[in-house]
Amino acid sequence: MPGLQLGTRRALWAYAFLLVPLAFFLAIRVAPAVSSLYISLHEWNVISPEKPFVGLRNFVTLSRDPKFAQAAVNTVRYVLAGIPVQLALGLAVAMLLRRINRFRGVFRALYFLPFVTPIVAASWVWQWMYSEQFGPLNQILVALGLPAQPFLRSPTQALYGVTAMVVWQYLGFQVVIFLAGLEAIPRAYYEAAQVDGASGWYLFRHITVPLLNPTLVFSAVYSTIVYLQLFTQVLNMTFGDQGGPLAGTLTMVLYVYQLGFQRFKMGEAAAATAVLFVAILAITLLQMRVLSRPVEY
Amino acid sequence: MRVVVAVLVAAIMLLSLAGTGTGQQRVSITYWQYFFESKVKLVDQLIKEFEAQNPGIQVVHENFPYDAYNQKVASAVPAGQGPDVINLFYGWVPLYVDSRYLQPLPADAFPPAQIEREFVPMIKNSKFDGKYWALPTAVRSLALFYNMDLLRAAGFGRAPVTWDEFVTMAERTTVRDSAGRITVEGFGISPDGQDHHLIREVLFRQWGVAPYSADGRRVTYATPKGAEALKWYTDLVTQRKVGVIGFFPGGSGYRDAFMAGRAAMIVDGSFAIASVRSRTKAAWGVAPLPRPSVGGEASNFGSYWVHGLTTRAQGPRREAAVKFLQFLVSEPVQRRWLESVGELPSRRSLINDPKLTADPIFGPFIQGLGYARATFFIDEVAQRQVIVDAVNEVVVNGKSPMQALQEAAAKEQKILDEFWAKRARK
Repeated sequence: MPGLQLGTRRALWAYAFLLVPLAFFLAIRVAPAVSSLYISLHEWNVISPEKPFVGLRNFVTLSRDPKFAQAAVNTVRYVLAGIPVQLALGLAVAMLLRRINRFRGVFRALYFLPFVTPIVAASWVWQWMYSEQFGPLNQILVALGLPAQPFLRSPTQALYGVTAMVVWQYLGFQVVIFLAGLEAIPRAYYEAAQVDGASGWYLFRHITVPLLNPTLVFSAVYSTIVYLQLFTQVLNMTFGDQGGPLAGTLTMVLYVYQLGFQRFKMGEAAAATAVLFVAILAITLLQMRVLSRPVEY
Repeated sequence: MRVVVAVLVAAIMLLSLAGTGTGQQRVSITYWQYFFESKVKLVDQLIKEFEAQNPGIQVVHENFPYDAYNQKVASAVPAGQGPDVINLFYGWVPLYVDSRYLQPLPADAFPPAQIEREFVPMIKNSKFDGKYWALPTAVRSLALFYNMDLLRAAGFGRAPVTWDEFVTMAERTTVRDSAGRITVEGFGISPDGQDHHLIREVLFRQWGVAPYSADGRRVTYATPKGAEALKWYTDLVTQRKVGVIGFFPGGSGYRDAFMAGRAAMIVDGSFAIASVRSRTKAAWGVAPLPRPSVGGEASNFGSYWVHGLTTRAQGPRREAAVKFLQFLVSEPVQRRWLESVGELPSRRSLINDPKLTADPIFGPFIQGLGYARATFFIDEVAQRQVIVDAVNEVVVNGKSPMQALQEAAAKEQKILDEFWAKRARK
């Protein structure tokens, strides 16, 4: 391209290289999303070559489906139960880890280990831990003279049983994120405040929390998405009666999977996906608006 | 270099000669099944034999993982590819028919009267729209697996014949720890395993209730007798306390518990024989499902995978596909299928074969085929969930069996109604 200036030529090359990941993103992410949106307005049983247009009927069917409603309510429960615990524990562990000098790396690795453990394997181990007859949790309860608990066999307890496993799994990741956030807060603020006589809770409340805000927002948004998309843990911890008992652990994504790939109702599954997409988008935007408070000292 | 070219040219010429030289055109058909090692190996062998018998036909055998099977069908068919003969679960026949993917079996090659005469009775349940669309090579039924060591230790020399005996034996073989928790189940109860079939096709019927109307469109089990049957089943957990749902985790936890010697009895399908055989340390046996009384009504649930002709098979390919299908469901093939895959034959001539019925392991299952019914499922996953939930409503939530059953029937009726309404719109 002899007629072009060097700068223009460079920019063109840069665009050319950027096109590759863009094409990949369009083909792998955007195209399936668009096609899923298309399917949500059609009736499709997975194998039929015909997909008749049905307008919003799939959405109407879903709105009358008590299982879908329960999946939606459960999903909100997972978010409300899991995220506060995960953030609080993560921050507490991160602050404790900052206080110790010896074995800090070892502890950090230990906390991070569940995050790199295969989810399926971990889910099965947790399932055994919750066993009413053989699980260590109930052995402890019984040894203390307390009644054995059904845990995953109870429609009311099971959801929290799964949540505990997810918190355990993501705790290490959360700790690492908070550690990085804490490192980024200049020591000078703490020192200045201490000179002025501030201590403990006051430092945490007025320096750590506000300056950690970007990290907190990221963590809240990220883990909300994780909890809204819960699937593998639930599927594997309730393998025989998936999402059970009595749909007590059923999540939106698990229900989408059942509708689409086990019951061959792709239209309804795609419609449920569209609902979930809108929910995630709305919640994320809301969180960023409400939680994000830029602080400058 | 020159030598290589010469050899290549010669090879190409030979190949093209082979193609035209036989005078008649060789028809190539494609057969699909999901991947299951022993089946794939056997079918590869069978195809060789079939091709030797039918020199004009070539069969291409392709397999896909079970989980991706329907999706594979979905992507191949609109593209004009895919099989001429396909293996599918009998419960998927309505789905495949409605998608115009199967053609009815030609009545000249497969006369319906002959099918009903020669195949096990439950084959009738795969009739759809008044036609047969596919036939099974092999079928499965249920039976009672029992741990001989545990029964003997409790003073029983044989498997139970009636449900009363079954309960007594289950009670006597159940072991509890000091906290009252079961450590060995008398019965490895598992509504989400095979027990939902047991409730539907065995207990309901033995308690005098037909679970569905004859045309399969109406749910008819929510009656006082049906509730009694459900109560008998849930009592095993709540009153008799001989089993715990979810005793061992996982979809086949009941079987794992049995194989580990932690459940004295389980109800399972013939497909479980291979794993039970390889992993059970205790002495074990198989018995026909118990009955309400000696000589009382015997019932069983059967299911099967069928071979069907796709709409792609037309003209000479259809002829070849029909021949291959006839071969696949023939008696000699069924015998070999039992030997190498361990699945039961679907022809009456074989299930009446004394050599097979006397087999201590296969025998009870084969006996069950004589009176087994295959539920006409239109959405097996959802229909299964309905029964599993009904059991949990009683066991976990303490609802009355009648109420749980009424709710279940309403939910299942809705599933059936939606299906038929959708069909009517087409």
